[in-house]
Amino acid sequence: MSTFFYIILNIANSIDNNLNFLYNTPISEFKEINARAKKGGAILSEPILKVQNLKTVFFTDDGQVPAVDGIDFYINEGEILGIVGESGCGKSVTSLSVMGLVSEPGKIVDGKIHFNGEDITHAPERKMRTLRGNEIAMIFQEPMTSLNPVFTIGDQLTEAIRIHRKISKKQAKDRATELLQLVGLPRPKALLDNYPHQLSGGMRQRVMIAMAMACDPKVLIADEPTTALDVTIQKQILNLMKKLNRETGTAIVLITHDLGVVAQMCERVIVMYAGKIVEEGAVRDIFNHPSHPYTKGLLASVPDLRRQTSRLYSIPGNVPKPGSITEGCLFYPRCQEAMAICAQKRPGLVDLKNGHRVRCFLHGEVEEA
Amino acid sequence: MAETILTVEDLKKYFPIEGGIFKRTVGHVKAVDGVSFEIKKGEAFGLVGESGCGKSTTGRMIMRLIEPTSGRIVFCGKDLTAMDKKALRKTRKDIQMIFQDPFASLDPRYTVERIIEEPMIVHRLGSKAERKKRVRELLEVVGLSSYHAKRYPHQFSGGQRQRIGIARALAVNPKLIIADEPVSALDVSIQAQVINLLQDLQKQFDLTFLFIAHDLSVVHHFSDRVGVMYLGRMVEVAESSELYRNPKHPYTNALLSSVPIPDPDYQYDSEELAGDVPNPIDPPKGCAFHTRCPMAMDICRKNRPELKEVVPGHWTACHLYNN
Repeated sequence: MSTFFYIILNIANSIDNNLNFLYNTPISEFKEINARAKKGGAILSEPILKVQNLKTVFFTDDGQVPAVDGIDFYINEGEILGIVGESGCGKSVTSLSVMGLVSEPGKIVDGKIHFNGEDITHAPERKMRTLRGNEIAMIFQEPMTSLNPVFTIGDQLTEAIRIHRKISKKQAKDRATELLQLVGLPRPKALLDNYPHQLSGGMRQRVMIAMAMACDPKVLIADEPTTALDVTIQKQILNLMKKLNRETGTAIVLITHDLGVVAQMCERVIVMYAGKIVEEGAVRDIFNHPSHPYTKGLLASVPDLRRQTSRLYSIPGNVPKPGSITEGCLFYPRCQEAMAICAQKRPGLVDLKNGHRVRCFLHGEVEEA
Repeated sequence: MAETILTVEDLKKYFPIEGGIFKRTVGHVKAVDGVSFEIKKGEAFGLVGESGCGKSTTGRMIMRLIEPTSGRIVFCGKDLTAMDKKALRKTRKDIQMIFQDPFASLDPRYTVERIIEEPMIVHRLGSKAERKKRVRELLEVVGLSSYHAKRYPHQFSGGQRQRIGIARALAVNPKLIIADEPVSALDVSIQAQVINLLQDLQKQFDLTFLFIAHDLSVVHHFSDRVGVMYLGRMVEVAESSELYRNPKHPYTNALLSSVPIPDPDYQYDSEELAGDVPNPIDPPKGCAFHTRCPMAMDICRKNRPELKEVVPGHWTACHLYNN
């Protein structure tokens, strides 16, 4: 009998311990544990987000615009992936496609998007709403237009929380205060009653990040998050994002045209041109061994503060109108290393080593499928 | 030693804020609060700073597109601030501007030819035939073609429109070109094209540039000397490479260490500048930067430091160097 009681006592004790742990551990510690678990599991598990052969086309009166023309990429848990390219390369439309936010006249016409093992390519709006702001979050370039000017910061934050979590208003407010602290904003309690116009650009972007992190998303898509900010504020925001990635294990897809930001933040990089991926790989491979002539051209066009060059390299010509080149490599008209085959056939992705891939006949006779 | 083409002395611009029922002036936005610098003939002088530092306002005051509140501007020996409208109009032929927004700076209802011709018409230079010929020459100089002359701005890309703006600025053979963020709105590869073009034109036509931008890397590449502004004040002026190697002002240091370098192995200075830029309506007493300066001393909170030459050719406004 006493043994029986002894066993019950032990079980009760361990339950009690676990409950104590649950209630007394601050949320931040939870996240650390979560983060460590996520990062540890990353090597073995499936990528949290996998995109295969994504094609998004805009059906306009002037014809079909293939904004995204066959993109494959993945991001692992806790990773920071950079998507770099110039205006019109399709990087923003790619992120909108993942979020199911491509609106008329755009449509995903081909490909698959898998999130957390589930196919969400043409998921109904009901399903997407449970994911957006919850498991996949997004922050945009212009923090003023993403925040509602007629609602307080507190209202907007608690809205973001209560849509996805069944907690009381007070609990949501506490969580909101905690989030504002997490993103390094001073006097968080007072800030809840402020309106967006009372905050500076950097502060608003921090609020956006707080909103995005509210439900501890698995993936954060940041579309040019610091382009509209001054360079000293940019440093603060990028450091904050890195800190959050380390502490919470949230994977980040960082979309930007700034190669310096990519070098500073990302572990892996995808270079996009005219709706296609032209090169991808680990950040050091891309910067130290750029293989696609476009990547090489881009890197050479950026003035480097450490060097005194007399003249910048510039890629001749302009980005082609999507859909205007029907034959051959899309970069052929501007390529300094073009060969005869480049005008006739479309290159496919060639595997260099360590996951470094390039879409170029210079590196292999692989044709696009 | 090249001659000085432009001298700016203690330039100020205070924008009045009106309030109350009677629209009385209740305060001022001190956009530019005592800026002084010199530009030598043939030089590219870069003016750099973050949003709200007053660099664009300074550029516009030099052309008197905005009237200065106080201060002096001397261009080619003539006092621009004291000039009447007629004389100013004549002098404006020698100072031309390139603007930031390639979409807003060209009149959408004019053909490219008319846009480039306009300065020549205003200053009554050349006959109709001569102007048309000059437009064709200018289009070629900026890398466009003569058949572009009859088209409208909306038919061109951002980079091409910027080239049209440059052609327009060159139309009347100016001595000084004020380029206000000429490449900020352009993609990386087009930026490089336009920067190279400006450098080529500088050599070809012996131009002097006031190059205003917030991108330090671009300013460093293009300029011979650079001035750093913060909250309406000039905090440091030095030769481009010297500024990068030996920044003296703590703000310049912070600015330089925040610039993202395209090298994944670059070691950044981990210190970040705390907080935000103060409100120019109520700038901090003493040194405007003391609220964020990691080296602020007591004197910084009370006395505004003056711009002094601490090393030949290197000026800074900081109490750290006042002994």
